[in-house]
Amino acid sequence: MGDLRELYQEVILDHNKCPRNCRRIDNPTCEASGYNPLCGDKITVFLTVSDRIIKDVSFEGSGCAISTASASMMTQALKGKTVDEALKIFGRFHDLVTGKTQGDNSAQENLGKLAVFTGVSKFPVRVKCASLAWHTLKSALDGSSETVTTE
Amino acid sequence: MSAGLTPAATPSGADRIVPVRSFDVEAIRRDFPILASTVNGKPLVYLDNAATSQKPRPVIETIMRYYAAENANIHRGVHWLSELATAKHEAARVKVQHFINAAAAREIIFVRGATEAINLVAQSWGRANLRPGDEILVTGMEHHSNIVPWQIVCEATGAILRAAPFSDRGQLLLGEFDRMLTGKTRLVAVTHVSNALGTINPVHRIVQAAHDRGALALIDGCQAIPHMPVDVRELDCDFYVFSGHKVFGPTGIGALYGKEKLLDAMPPYQGGGDMIKSVSFEKTTYNDLPYKFEAGTPHIAGAIGLGAALDYIQDIGMRRINEYENQLLTRATNAISEIPGVRIIGTPPCKASLISFVIDGIHPHDIGTILDQEGIAIRTGHHCAQPVMERLGVPATARASFAFYNTHQEADALVRAIRKVIEVFN
Ligand SMILES: Cc1ncc(COP(=O)(O)O)c(C=O)c1O
Repeated sequence: MGDLRELYQEVILDHNKCPRNCRRIDNPTCEASGYNPLCGDKITVFLTVSDRIIKDVSFEGSGCAISTASASMMTQALKGKTVDEALKIFGRFHDLVTGKTQGDNSAQENLGKLAVFTGVSKFPVRVKCASLAWHTLKSALDGSSETVTTE
Repeated sequence: MSAGLTPAATPSGADRIVPVRSFDVEAIRRDFPILASTVNGKPLVYLDNAATSQKPRPVIETIMRYYAAENANIHRGVHWLSELATAKHEAARVKVQHFINAAAAREIIFVRGATEAINLVAQSWGRANLRPGDEILVTGMEHHSNIVPWQIVCEATGAILRAAPFSDRGQLLLGEFDRMLTGKTRLVAVTHVSNALGTINPVHRIVQAAHDRGALALIDGCQAIPHMPVDVRELDCDFYVFSGHKVFGPTGIGALYGKEKLLDAMPPYQGGGDMIKSVSFEKTTYNDLPYKFEAGTPHIAGAIGLGAALDYIQDIGMRRINEYENQLLTRATNAISEIPGVRIIGTPPCKASLISFVIDGIHPHDIGTILDQEGIAIRTGHHCAQPVMERLGVPATARASFAFYNTHQEADALVRAIRKVIEVFN
């Protein structure tokens, strides 16, 4: 149960049940869709960006608890950030869920609330779930129109 | 839910743990070394048999012995070892023949698996026989491997692929099927047992209907062969395909059964060594059946291992296996049906020992992770049957699939673990 509780932390379960910013943005400046063929998770991320600042970000889709909570918490973490900051956070988040920052408390503190995803690193097959929203976000910011897949 | 669900021929009640007459599951389990493993500190409960099955010692030892003492290329050596390997390989073909009661060993083509078998028929028979406007009829519950090869050959020939629908319970709608089976239908390709729902299709009736309309019938037997007796002559199907790894044999080997007359008339699928009688730049003569369809050095160890697997389950007896598994299915089905918030996907009257399910508000992927922590291996996802998921409006399911080495205790462990999943999420 130890590893499980670490994976399915209360915060994650809460965001899964009541995802924040789970809506469509009309006339977004950019959007992209992502798909995880392994479990069928599908997500679309919408963004309103002006002056390189993320004014609004939201998502729609269906997925497992990890991917839904990750998308929900991503939107909260990124509102008001610059695009460059967002990409930096993605880099740190990716390091966290792949276990690269294990034992590095300052790296985890840097991520704020997103640090709850640290438990994912013990479940390698779930890394794709946790990072799907982020990959999709990056694709939207890059202006790519192709659906991202995690394969 | 699933009121009235009565798996085929199951006389036993839910809470009777009376084992099938002299079915010594503990002794059987000792034949499967992997079943003694622990996963995440818990005894392995392997319920992913529809994806692939575990291998008994006789299969493992047969393969070891082959490589340790019998290995040589076949059909092309005058030396002793080559003759031995050839004899073993051909003996395995006879085992497959007898297992499905084919008329002759030359009606058994060794292939990599069901996927290759279906591609072989689609490319060889399909390209030679399909004309624009001809139709191939499948069902909505096919594995991708019984859809995509037909799409490819339809694209090449102008033929049309059609899919007969199934009910909300996962039962093929025979009326619809009959309506879609027309004079244009050249081939019907239907799964014997659905890997996503567990449905046992009335394949005997389907083959007859196809023949009445002048169409051929191919049966995908992947999920039937490990669970029930199959007699291709009684079915009168034209082709029957299955994979060795799902029937306790090695990966990379499978069989295509085809009626001799049909196989004889079909052009080769791949060219190379062994499939020819003579080669010159002016004229090449193809070999006889079954070798015409077996180009190149085959998976010799795989075929011999598959033969050992079929011997093993035939010793136990397919009827007894079927009877025992039906007990497991009934027990697990009844217990899972009682858990609030859990819905079984696929509740047709005739079902193999496989349970697809979803839990309200919990994604199957999360169910899989939590069960894995309990040492329970199940499959989650679309099971290579995306049209089934779409039809039933679920993105994915969790699927527990049983084999004859699973126990009543393991079925109970599954039920407890499902309850735990709900606990974690509440
Ligand atoms: C019903 C069915 N058909 C075909 C296949 C494909 O088998 P293989 O991948 O061994 O070729 C499977 C395997 O999952 C199956 O369940």
